Amino acid sequence: MSDRTGMDYRIRLELFEGPLDLLLYLIKRDELNICDIPIMKITQQYLDYLNLMEDLNLDIAGDFLVMAATLMQIKSRMLLPPDPAGLETQEEDPRAELVRRLLEYKAFKEAAERFRELESKQSGVFGRFGSEPEYKDDDVSFGDVSLFDLLSAFAKVLKSINEDKPHEILKDEYTVADKIHDIVERLKSETTVKFSRLFRAAKNKLEAITTFLAILELIRLKKVLIVQDEQFGEIEISKNSNFVLED
Amino acid sequence: MDAQDLRPILEAILFASDSSLTADELKDAFDGEISTAAVKAALSELEKEYESLGRGFALKEIAGGYQILTHERFSSHLKRFYQSREKKRLSPASLETLSVVAYKQPVTKADIEFVRGVNVDGPLRTLLEKNLIKIAGRKEVPGRPILYGTTKEFLAHFGLNSVKELPPLSEFSEKDIDQNLLPPQMRAVTQSEAVAEIEAETAELGSGIREEGLAEQNSKESLLSDKVETGEED
Repeated sequence: MSDRTGMDYRIRLELFEGPLDLLLYLIKRDELNICDIPIMKITQQYLDYLNLMEDLNLDIAGDFLVMAATLMQIKSRMLLPPDPAGLETQEEDPRAELVRRLLEYKAFKEAAERFRELESKQSGVFGRFGSEPEYKDDDVSFGDVSLFDLLSAFAKVLKSINEDKPHEILKDEYTVADKIHDIVERLKSETTVKFSRLFRAAKNKLEAITTFLAILELIRLKKVLIVQDEQFGEIEISKNSNFVLED
Repeated sequence: MDAQDLRPILEAILFASDSSLTADELKDAFDGEISTAAVKAALSELEKEYESLGRGFALKEIAGGYQILTHERFSSHLKRFYQSREKKRLSPASLETLSVVAYKQPVTKADIEFVRGVNVDGPLRTLLEKNLIKIAGRKEVPGRPILYGTTKEFLAHFGLNSVKELPPLSEFSEKDIDQNLLPPQMRAVTQSEAVAEIEAETAELGSGIREEGLAEQNSKESLLSDKVETGEED
């Protein structure tokens, strides 16, 4: 499927969200018990996301693949029958090391939330201004909506597209650049658009993928903002007023 | 100097300063006439005075020193007026990376990456540029990797006076779960185990940054002792 987009370039997304983020995302979304992770289920979902990212030609960090291997290893160890000889030393649950890492990371993430609150409170407090250097823009991020929220929303869209005609291989009717232009035009008139609505006109999966990649590119370029009011709810896209929307 | 003038002089110095100043530093204005304790007492009076008069500013203890800052209750007005001066929010990745550095300092890039499960080059670069973290020496192991720690600017950014004010990490962990599943630093440990752990860690740091290590050790110890108290309550 990776060639269907017919694109000359890969979207170079420096993913600052890694495999632990994805696992925590899945755990939170499906309300899994982090201390008793259903390893089969989570491995399958993890791999589904990985496949989706690969299909989209996203530059995935090697860490994701290492984690995939780890999950599969844990899975197979859990499938092994218990040792009939009954080892004296209690062998640790194969998931234990992973769970420890997840718990530790989760604790730091929550500490980060606390920092966010402190930062917010302090941002309204000022001292005498010195000759402060202009801060360059922070690293690329999706704001408070994670890459995985976007991927989930996109997966939903893909599912709902019916390709009634068998895949007609036309030459690229639409490129990512075209779609970027379309979205920019649309945001000029409507200040905010629901994510799903951007795909209404998509005639087939190829067009949907191209549209999605255009959205990612606009996010990367900070020309749009994305917001998700409810956890795992509808995503809204609006133009970033700090930037003038040019083509 | 007229004794009456102590407070106004301190007030004037702080008024002109664009960063926090310690009582020791402030004492220098008086050419040995005034003790640090007297300075602190005077500052405390100033702080109370501003509060009781309902001034638009407050005298705060921040980033290890004293500074006159706009009163937080007027944040919305200040933000509106000084929009262009507002510090940009940190990205989630930077904030998480910073969170790891704050609690684990001094810490190597590799250790941070192990916690976050992903490369941290970008966030580290950003945090260094913003002077929220600094290089705190090198770990005395093969390769001598760089160690990172937080800065005074870090404290100022979050309105903290010292790293000790951070709530213990155990506060963020899940309650009521199998203790054996918790990472070592989050389990309730005895005081002596905790001290032994820190001593083992600091022994690795080597002479170059022993002073830094001791400073951090003290702050870590108090973080851990808070945590130990919490653990015992459970």
